[in-house]
Amino acid sequence: MLSKEIQTILEDAGKTGWVVEPEAKKLLSLAGLNVPRFTWATGWDQALQFAHAIGYPVAVKVVSPDILHKSDVRGVMVGIDTDEKLSAAFHHFSTLRGFAGMVVEEMVSGVELIIGAKVDYQFGPVILLGIGGTGVEIYKDRCLRMAPLDQKEAETMIKSLKARQLLEGHRGSKPVCVSALTHMLAGFSDLVMQLEDHIESIDLNPVMCSPDTCVIADARIMLHSKHAATAAGREP
Amino acid sequence: MNLQPLFKPKTMAVIGVSSTNDRHPANVIYNKNAHRYPINVFPVNTRGGVFQNEELITSVSALPQKIDLAVIAVRAEYVPDILAECIKAGVGSAAIISGGFAESGNTEIQDRLVAMAKEADFPFIGPNCLGIYAPAAVDTFFIPSERMLLPDPGNVALISQSGGILVDQMLKFSQEGIGLSMAVSIGNKALINELHLLEYLGNDPKAKVLAFYVEGFGKNEGREFVRAAGACPKPVVVLKAGKSPEGRQAVSSHTASMAGDYDVFSAALSQYGVVEAQNEIELASFCEALSCSARFTGCRVGIVTGSGGHGALAVDACTDHGLAVPSLPVPLQQELREQLSPSARVIASVSNPIDLTGSAGDEDFVVTVRRLSKTPEIDCIIVLMLPYLPGTSSDLGARLSQIYRQEGKPLIAYIPHIEKYGMLIEGFELNNIPVSPSIEGAVLMADAMRRCQRC
Repeated sequence: MLSKEIQTILEDAGKTGWVVEPEAKKLLSLAGLNVPRFTWATGWDQALQFAHAIGYPVAVKVVSPDILHKSDVRGVMVGIDTDEKLSAAFHHFSTLRGFAGMVVEEMVSGVELIIGAKVDYQFGPVILLGIGGTGVEIYKDRCLRMAPLDQKEAETMIKSLKARQLLEGHRGSKPVCVSALTHMLAGFSDLVMQLEDHIESIDLNPVMCSPDTCVIADARIMLHSKHAATAAGREP
Repeated sequence: MNLQPLFKPKTMAVIGVSSTNDRHPANVIYNKNAHRYPINVFPVNTRGGVFQNEELITSVSALPQKIDLAVIAVRAEYVPDILAECIKAGVGSAAIISGGFAESGNTEIQDRLVAMAKEADFPFIGPNCLGIYAPAAVDTFFIPSERMLLPDPGNVALISQSGGILVDQMLKFSQEGIGLSMAVSIGNKALINELHLLEYLGNDPKAKVLAFYVEGFGKNEGREFVRAAGACPKPVVVLKAGKSPEGRQAVSSHTASMAGDYDVFSAALSQYGVVEAQNEIELASFCEALSCSARFTGCRVGIVTGSGGHGALAVDACTDHGLAVPSLPVPLQQELREQLSPSARVIASVSNPIDLTGSAGDEDFVVTVRRLSKTPEIDCIIVLMLPYLPGTSSDLGARLSQIYRQEGKPLIAYIPHIEKYGMLIEGFELNNIPVSPSIEGAVLMADAMRRCQRC
């Protein structure tokens, strides 16, 4: 059963057809998945206050129901380490279409993975794990599996990636925390099973995996068309 | 739904038999079943007329016996009334051969058939299909007997959304000596689909391998299918069409199927241990390999050949399919060399692939295969036979098979499929050892024997 809070997020997003990043992260965090400390600042004071509270450097991202691919419009900036840079980012974002505020969040690092889900017409909910970041479509190093997944199946997925050496420690780098990753995959797959009737797809990209933990750095939830009031704001 | 009357009919009505056109599908179906199968067959046409010097029966209710299977080959718009009559008359099942339903946009008529059948718990196959062929039992394919080449009765069941692909596979099976237990063309699969057949054939003692040609599944049906296939104790092989965007379009106009996302399809199959064939050649190879009982875990192949080139191509193919061809331990190599005939001993390469060279005789192949069969470092043996080597004879197939029977190490043979090598090929096949007509095919067989275990 979906909690009341999760249902509210989905209902609110119905108008645009997808869940904007801060709401998506709130939903994921309600489901027990690991996201960075963040705030959705609609005004400048709020942004500044949060940046000071968590300390620089921070990552900032535009929030707009009209912008699905934030990096295409310079809507993502990382390593912001002064008030001036924060202010410049805020002003740039406020000129973008449909501006509805800014995400300010702590910086996270690690190997960039993508964890995705889609509800396939023939096979139902399917989970994807792959090498993430903006190069997802270039490397196409990914593995698909029908949900739900248990921890063991999640491990099988990790092992089947061509670039698994990046995760196991390569040329002196430390291996990432595999248990955090399998835990996240299994938890995510449980959530997807519950959201089956509501969603079309979910992209967690990137998920940052470090030797200590795995954190969802960005997230987008596309709603099933019957739950999306209009397709406005959707890009091809 | 009771599928027995459909797959094992004792009585049949063929509806749509023409009094004027003896090439009509219904006439072809009537004739072959009446003359060649142990079934009581009755010709029906609602418009009446004279057929083979007798009046055609004009309604299903007028049939003199209780009918197990009604084969319906009339125009789409007449099918609902005929089906209703069949249900009313207590017919056991139907095969609807006619086209002109969902595949041509007439989903409404098709939906009516499904609703009627569901309400009456009445099984029907199709529409837009060839129906059922079971050796020495029933044949609803509207293909004249003289144009078909029927495979030997055996243990592979073929299920296909496309009748044409099914018939082609049957031709291939008969050429490759692969035995068939049943062939079912399900067409638009409006009611009976892959899932029903998986369940039925899973319990059919005659079927040992289940092979499917699939264009697309209905909503969530792919999920149910792979789960059921994973739980089925028999190996399941699937060939998928509509992998590319262009192919998806073609599939949609063929059987009104949604081809769907191929990456998901392929991943779901492998997740549940279903063997995916990439093309019709692989499908035949996999079926032949899996119809033999040998299986192995591990991935280490021993290759025995009389030609270095054959060995090299086989190693490449093994590597492509994730199979290893490890060098044999040096003491074993020495031991092997000592056992070879003097002419082969000096020039043979005994590392792996083991190239016995053109100077090899039967005995060299026998000692090598026997030694490899006893070697724990090797999981499966591929013998690349060159039947034209002067030192070897046609007996070699039976002799190597004998070793397999004694030692139980999985063995696969490559032999060019030419009539004059028939005795050699039979020496293997009659002993349940798969024989491929190509080197690549032999490697595919090894891959299938390994993959059919759930990973």
